[in-house]
Amino acid sequence: MSNDIRIKKGLDIKLKGEAEKTTEKAIFSNFYTLRPEDFHGVIPKLISRVGTKLKAGEPVFYDKSNEDVKFVSPVSGEIIEIERGEKRKILSIKIQADKTESYLEHDILNLEKANPEDVKTLLLASGCWPFIKQRPYDVIAKPDKEPKAIFISAHASAPLVANLNYTLQGKEKELQAAVTALGKLTKGKVHVSVGKHGKSPMEGLSGITLHKVSGPHPSGNVGTQINKIDPINKGEIVWTVSPQDLVIMGELLLTGKFNAERLVALVGSSVEKPRYFVTKLGCELATMIYDHGIKKDAHVRIISGNILSGKTVKPDGYLDYYSNTITVIPEGDDYELFGWTTPVFNKVSTTRALTFSWLFPNKKYDLNTNTNGEHRAFVVTGNYEEVFPLDIYPMQILKSCMYQDLDEMEALGMYEVAPEDFALTEFVCVSKQPHQDIIRKGLDLMLKEIG
Amino acid sequence: MSLKNNLDKLKQKYKGTKMATAFGAFHTFLYTPNDTTHNGTHIKAADDLKRTMNTVILALIPCLIFGMFNAGYQHYLAAGDIDAATGGFFSSQFWTLDNFSLGFWKIIPLVIVSYGVGLGIEFLFATIKNHEVEEGYLVTGMLVPLIVPVDIPLWMLAVAVAFGVVIGKEVFGGTGMNILNPALTIRAFLFFAYPTWMSGDKVWVQGAVESIGKVDAISGETMLGSLAQGRHLGYSVWDMFYGFIPGSIGETSTLLIILGGLFLIFTKIGSWRIMLSSVVGALIMGLIFNYLVDVNVISEGSKFYGLMSTPFWEHLIIGGFAFGTVYMATDPVTASQTNKGKWIYGFFVGFLSILIRVFNPAYPEGVMLAILLMNVFAPTIDHYVVKGNIKQRLKRLKVKTA
Repeated sequence: MSNDIRIKKGLDIKLKGEAEKTTEKAIFSNFYTLRPEDFHGVIPKLISRVGTKLKAGEPVFYDKSNEDVKFVSPVSGEIIEIERGEKRKILSIKIQADKTESYLEHDILNLEKANPEDVKTLLLASGCWPFIKQRPYDVIAKPDKEPKAIFISAHASAPLVANLNYTLQGKEKELQAAVTALGKLTKGKVHVSVGKHGKSPMEGLSGITLHKVSGPHPSGNVGTQINKIDPINKGEIVWTVSPQDLVIMGELLLTGKFNAERLVALVGSSVEKPRYFVTKLGCELATMIYDHGIKKDAHVRIISGNILSGKTVKPDGYLDYYSNTITVIPEGDDYELFGWTTPVFNKVSTTRALTFSWLFPNKKYDLNTNTNGEHRAFVVTGNYEEVFPLDIYPMQILKSCMYQDLDEMEALGMYEVAPEDFALTEFVCVSKQPHQDIIRKGLDLMLKEIG
Repeated sequence: MSLKNNLDKLKQKYKGTKMATAFGAFHTFLYTPNDTTHNGTHIKAADDLKRTMNTVILALIPCLIFGMFNAGYQHYLAAGDIDAATGGFFSSQFWTLDNFSLGFWKIIPLVIVSYGVGLGIEFLFATIKNHEVEEGYLVTGMLVPLIVPVDIPLWMLAVAVAFGVVIGKEVFGGTGMNILNPALTIRAFLFFAYPTWMSGDKVWVQGAVESIGKVDAISGETMLGSLAQGRHLGYSVWDMFYGFIPGSIGETSTLLIILGGLFLIFTKIGSWRIMLSSVVGALIMGLIFNYLVDVNVISEGSKFYGLMSTPFWEHLIIGGFAFGTVYMATDPVTASQTNKGKWIYGFFVGFLSILIRVFNPAYPEGVMLAILLMNVFAPTIDHYVVKGNIKQRLKRLKVKTA
């Protein structure tokens, strides 16, 4: 049985540089890093020191506030450096990979018979737990609370991101194992959403409630789907997992090994030949971006993740723990003569104020990182609502976050949102306000004050 | 190229100094800045606040130019130098160089004073408070000359602008924070501080004031003034629609205002919800008054008869109703900010405009007061609209737990 979800409000930003559906094996990466900042809200406590030899899947650190949640090494190798920042905060843990892979092996569960406690223990011990995120607050799930439902979005609608129907091909077995295991951890349903068009490998799974979504971005955001399927109320918790992480989880359940392998899309208008790579979490970006990608000293922005919510990384940086896309676009640190008044043909806009993107709905744009204007107070109203499908007042909730009124934030629906839900409102914002940042800070405040 | 580089060098030099604000305002006027995104979305839409404000100004320019011709036309017509326009909107009697040059030299000083004083204060506050000069005044500065009578003394305008910008906007924290529409605050200040000027029947045609007491004294009255006193109109409906009538500088031509309004709706800058619901509100109030006249509740002797018996749709094309609805009720900062709230807000702007217009014969221009009044109530309307959303969310929770 499938249910249709049609999203009307939203915006598809069409950009140049979509990945061709061919896959290459990335050059072997010598170094891998784990960055605690990828795991929002986690205070790392180290288990291993510099010089420790690790197997792939062996714990490196755990969360101080949740000691059961372990973070594991994606490869076998040796910890060669632990970089620290202010107040000795751990910035990154660098691992030099062995030439031959050796895995830490876990016992294989009989998924049919296993009880929820066993599944939970295995996921925690094996380092798969950080793949499970919870709402409210959009952080790694707390193991001691049971969710009312689990949501998985297998429909990627953000601009340029990896096509999940392609990257999940042939992974049905792993996906099924992971979904079965997750199903044991909740009394509610496991909701899986797939795109209406195209055939998703997740359609045939059993033990799930299937939803078919259509419409512009953010139809693929799991937050949009939760809001339409079973919105979160005060006191409730839901879990979300992204499908590419389900694959790793599934393989662990089937083989007992933590295999951090992942199909990653290299996209963006600055990339010569956008395509897919097989690589591992935390790998060096340099192993992928230079071959038919960008020039050595190109003036570009490299983003680990999608163009709307990803993180800026340097060319010698590393893939982050959750991303399956690397986006490379030109930097836009240049002035534009009378840029605020001349007609605009080469940029995307939702208005028609001498901006002409409405004339060419199918044109693909080459956008850079320029903000196209200075930061201002909120002035224009009504434009966020056009791209925001949740039944929440976006401007009001942003303002409540800015003046930190916890009661109002709660009443306006803060439990339901994650920063990525505000990516489009941030994109269209005339006042160039950092919406995702405002929401993230608001969520952090609530987590701290209310918990 | 070199200009760009030199300006960039200057920008670095002024960074962190008091000059940065003023320099930045001019620099960003010439070039959109080289700022790039840091966190969050790595790309941004093309529009910024300057573009938004600029679009509104573009929509106002036709009204300004028409106002210049009209100022001259009304003067020469009242003085008996020319004949009334007869050939439709493009009448040769109207579009003459004489008309234009009289209006031009009369109105350009108003524009300069409005922008000079207003932007000066904005720069001052921005420098003191160390933030960028916001674009809010660009539109206000253009609105102000269009909603004042042509013969207003420049010093009076300067005082009013200073009052309006400081009290109407800066004390609330500047652009985006104000409760009342600054342009209307300026207008209201003029009206209450210099009532003999603003409500008199002499300021609306250029030269009317100086001619008082002379043999060839000319009348300088608006249509609403004559209607309120129950006098017959000397203008055809088409005159009113085209705008060949005395009134505030930019508010007379309903035709151009409708075009401007359509442009704003097309560009998605102006709110069609407010404009439409305001027209509906005005028509309903007009119909109610027409009905009262029809059933003889109000008879010919009543002092309200003149305006009440005006056909309901004519209210839309006389006075400042069209201008206020299109350009001022839609100000996003002071209007309701929720879509549902905009319907309610707009409706009451229209409804109250006609109500005040009819029942306040001393000053029959109701739009200004109606918008200011609804500005005050806009946050309340929003509060209840948002409350509806909150209640829905709580209800969801109750259904769950029950």
